[in-house]
Amino acid sequence: MVYESDKTKETETLIAELKGFKEEVITKYPNKVAKKRAKSIVLSDPVDTPQIQANVRTIPGIITQRGCTYAGCKGVVLGPTRDIVNITHGPIGCGFYSWLTRRNQTKPEDENAANFITYCFSTDMQDSNIVFGGEEKLKQAIREAYELFHPKAIAIFSTCPVGLIGDDVHRVARHMKEEIGNGINIFGFSCEGYRGVSQSAGHHIANNGLFKNLIGRDDEKKGSLKYRVNLLGEYNIGGDAFELERVFEKCGINLVSTFSGDSTVQKFENAHTADLNMVMCHRSINYVAEMMETAFGIPWIKVQPIGANSTAKMLRKITQYFEEQELIDRVEEVIAEEMKEVETVRAAIYPKTRGKKAMLFVGGSRAHHYQDLFEELGMTTLAAGYEFGHRDDYEGRHVIPTIQIDADSRNIEELTVTKDETRYNPRKTEEEMKKLEAEGMEFNEYHGLMKQLEKGALVIDDLSHYEMEKLIEKYKPDVFCAGVKEKYVVQKMGIPLKQLHNYDSGGPYAGFKGAVNFYKDIEQMVCASIWQDLKAPWESEEYIEAQFVY
Amino acid sequence: MGTNTTNRITGGVAAGKSYSSSCNACKQCAPLGACVAFKGIEGVLPMLHGSQGCATYIRRYLISHFREPVDIASSNFSEETTIFGGNKNFNAGIDNIISQYHPKVIAIASTCLSETIGEDVQRLINEYKSIHSDEKNLPEMIYASTPSYAGTHYEGFHQAVFATVKALAGAQGEPGRHINLFANFISPEDIRHLKEISSDFGLDTVIFPDYSDTLDGTSWEKYRRIPDGGTKPEDIRRTGLALMSLELGYILNSGGKNRVSAGEFLEEHFDVINRRIGLPVGINETDRFFNLLSDISKNPIPEKYRKQRGRLVDLYIDGHKYVANKQAVIYGEEDMVVALAAFAAEIGLIPVLCASGGESGKLKNTLKSVLGDLYYEDMVVGQGFSFEQMEEIMQSLHPDLMIGNSKGYYIARKMNIPLVRTGFPIHDRLGAQHSRCLGYEGSLILFEEIVNTLLEDKQRQSSVGYKYM
Repeated sequence: MVYESDKTKETETLIAELKGFKEEVITKYPNKVAKKRAKSIVLSDPVDTPQIQANVRTIPGIITQRGCTYAGCKGVVLGPTRDIVNITHGPIGCGFYSWLTRRNQTKPEDENAANFITYCFSTDMQDSNIVFGGEEKLKQAIREAYELFHPKAIAIFSTCPVGLIGDDVHRVARHMKEEIGNGINIFGFSCEGYRGVSQSAGHHIANNGLFKNLIGRDDEKKGSLKYRVNLLGEYNIGGDAFELERVFEKCGINLVSTFSGDSTVQKFENAHTADLNMVMCHRSINYVAEMMETAFGIPWIKVQPIGANSTAKMLRKITQYFEEQELIDRVEEVIAEEMKEVETVRAAIYPKTRGKKAMLFVGGSRAHHYQDLFEELGMTTLAAGYEFGHRDDYEGRHVIPTIQIDADSRNIEELTVTKDETRYNPRKTEEEMKKLEAEGMEFNEYHGLMKQLEKGALVIDDLSHYEMEKLIEKYKPDVFCAGVKEKYVVQKMGIPLKQLHNYDSGGPYAGFKGAVNFYKDIEQMVCASIWQDLKAPWESEEYIEAQFVY
Repeated sequence: MGTNTTNRITGGVAAGKSYSSSCNACKQCAPLGACVAFKGIEGVLPMLHGSQGCATYIRRYLISHFREPVDIASSNFSEETTIFGGNKNFNAGIDNIISQYHPKVIAIASTCLSETIGEDVQRLINEYKSIHSDEKNLPEMIYASTPSYAGTHYEGFHQAVFATVKALAGAQGEPGRHINLFANFISPEDIRHLKEISSDFGLDTVIFPDYSDTLDGTSWEKYRRIPDGGTKPEDIRRTGLALMSLELGYILNSGGKNRVSAGEFLEEHFDVINRRIGLPVGINETDRFFNLLSDISKNPIPEKYRKQRGRLVDLYIDGHKYVANKQAVIYGEEDMVVALAAFAAEIGLIPVLCASGGESGKLKNTLKSVLGDLYYEDMVVGQGFSFEQMEEIMQSLHPDLMIGNSKGYYIARKMNIPLVRTGFPIHDRLGAQHSRCLGYEGSLILFEEIVNTLLEDKQRQSSVGYKYM
């Protein structure tokens, strides 16, 4: 929440005006659409959180920000892992469009280490494959991939036609695993684009696959540092993971695995040896955290290392969990050291950004996390919403039991996970957990986006093009955060747009150094003089009206 | 990057090995091309009949290239739709597009999803129209069949050009003195140049598709849901009455089964003579183009273009020593590859590898006939090529330069050779929408860019900081 002293009078008036938005916008829709959209537009209240409709199908013909199930599975969750050969089974488009476009980064151990994320593999299905089936072509593609790269693992991703023509990617995976042998791991994903409401369905499918096929295959504890954690839901866009890896290392914390920024097969296989799971993007990865807790006894906490204060908060949560003075001391030292630069930069920029207004419509967590950074700049988030979030991402996890399961969600397999007979090992006793909770630590909890927003701020799920246009026209934020699809629409209207999917080739924005980058980038955007030049002098009314008076 | 080079494909294709799968394709899917062509119709809103992911991916791809809003609707198939058919979603999509956008035209392209379940989109359109027959101002509806498992984005583009003409062209009225110019997949700036040339010849020309404004707009005072510009539907209607059609490019969508181009369609159904000539890049192809326009218009080539030609020749003289005998790799859409290869050969570059993801099977013969005496016998022609196959061959060719879209950058980087960006997509430089290569003027700009890129490279590699090249 923005400190009272940061807010300007104007901001308060604007927040009060947001009330009228919903009414005005939905009356422009046909009745049926209006009825549906009305439930997805609410005014935030951090205390008495209202219910919002989320994760429901986009209405045909309403242009959406959302992607598909394939995009969530292949593009988002599995894409960033460097040593799995990811084969898209389908016509060429899907594989091509997801070829390195998320700007995930990775750092192979050395020159010869495998790195396949720069490749785009596809079975490039042709019409004969649609008619006669594509399984043979897929098998051949796997043979070729193996012959060329000898990878540890190959993953197969299904696109729309695959499910329709009845290709069984799982059967092919089993068959090829046997045929190739040599300990290779091959697994498939039924992530056809039409399957879910959005990419979120693909995240869930990917989570299931990670759990079934990778996690828990290697029990050896690696690394010498004793505080062993996983970071879940971090995808190393613009080098975010590198910055967080740097911070953890400096603190003496062993980052066993990241799901899935800068990740490897071995790190996934070893992830269950960690003692704490930290969930960053709740939407895309909470299933893995839940399953690992049930099977292996690893507790999870929600963290949001976007923003310098929030990063410090995350580190302190870790120290609170491990309860060792040596770690507490080291972490405090690191925070103090890192905050020096952060504060110097922030102090210089803050006067220029204070009181400015932001809107965030992105992701399934990003629209929440980046509020921290804006708060550090003294800026208010007037409106926010997710592309593919669920109700729990807005209202908090306590609503999960009350979420209606619709046909789309029922399509996605729910894994039944039980305690691992030999390896289940609760990291803390019940008493220890109770004590930690009493001291303020929260496990298995996420309070959602609305807890952080100002009372009265607008929350809109699956923002449509039309609503976006109206938001900008009416409230003129100083910066709008979304993705490239929205970028030029917003900028045509004279408002800078910050891409929070790929950071406009900037970043990292996570951790301490990331915060500094973000402060500078936002200052540059909201203070750029170009926005004053949109109108030619002869277009301004004053110019026409002004005349010399003799 | 730490790619495991010891495991890399080596010499596979050069040794005659072919792959069943594709690694780093040099093509996109057909609906993408269709959307670009559709954006060249005035007052249009394109819609993809399929999963919402197609529209999202394609929008993201086009927007990153043109740096302009690109609205493409979708009928948002769900699992249920794939079982029971898409008519409910189709109708809802059209309803919502009409109420939000009030478009003059809704242009629909199919996707692999709708094609696989056998959707008859034309029937859906007819049904929609008959249900709403009492409504006035119903938008025109155009449908192009563009399954992504047949052909590339390039064929999708021409399929959409054909579908638009087929849907709108009519024979009512008196035959006109105008001509049709089917301009191909070129940059908005190149389209503007073609319009300028045509107008300077005093020709009444229907240029289609014309996305020179819709995909390269100015800043606006007020946001417009459908941007101004595009070929007017009434102009597309009169293509059936034209004196003749000019199609730029020799191959177009001719690689596909039963594929007809817009010009061929008009010739067959409306007796409009169709002339296919190359994209006017370089002196030779541009001369052909200007001579033809002069013949058609019965006007001499305007002084302005004579001077442009003169300046281009003068520049060739000044610059040919920098490019002579340098080996170039050219890749992209088939007709663009032919045009660039003809230009390259003319300025003294040796096009050692000409590759395209397109699989018309006509690239080699077209190159031979267009380049004529300048055809380089050892040229490797890659039809249906991926970047990976290109790279394999380049490892043995050691070329000096690459000319093509930004997706080939990784090879240029790996081999430490310069890349001149042209074509689609260009995602790593500003100004793809203004990139030029057509006409004498466009050729001049491209020539300068090639020379300067080579000079820059030479300067950078030199141990002495020469300031005089």
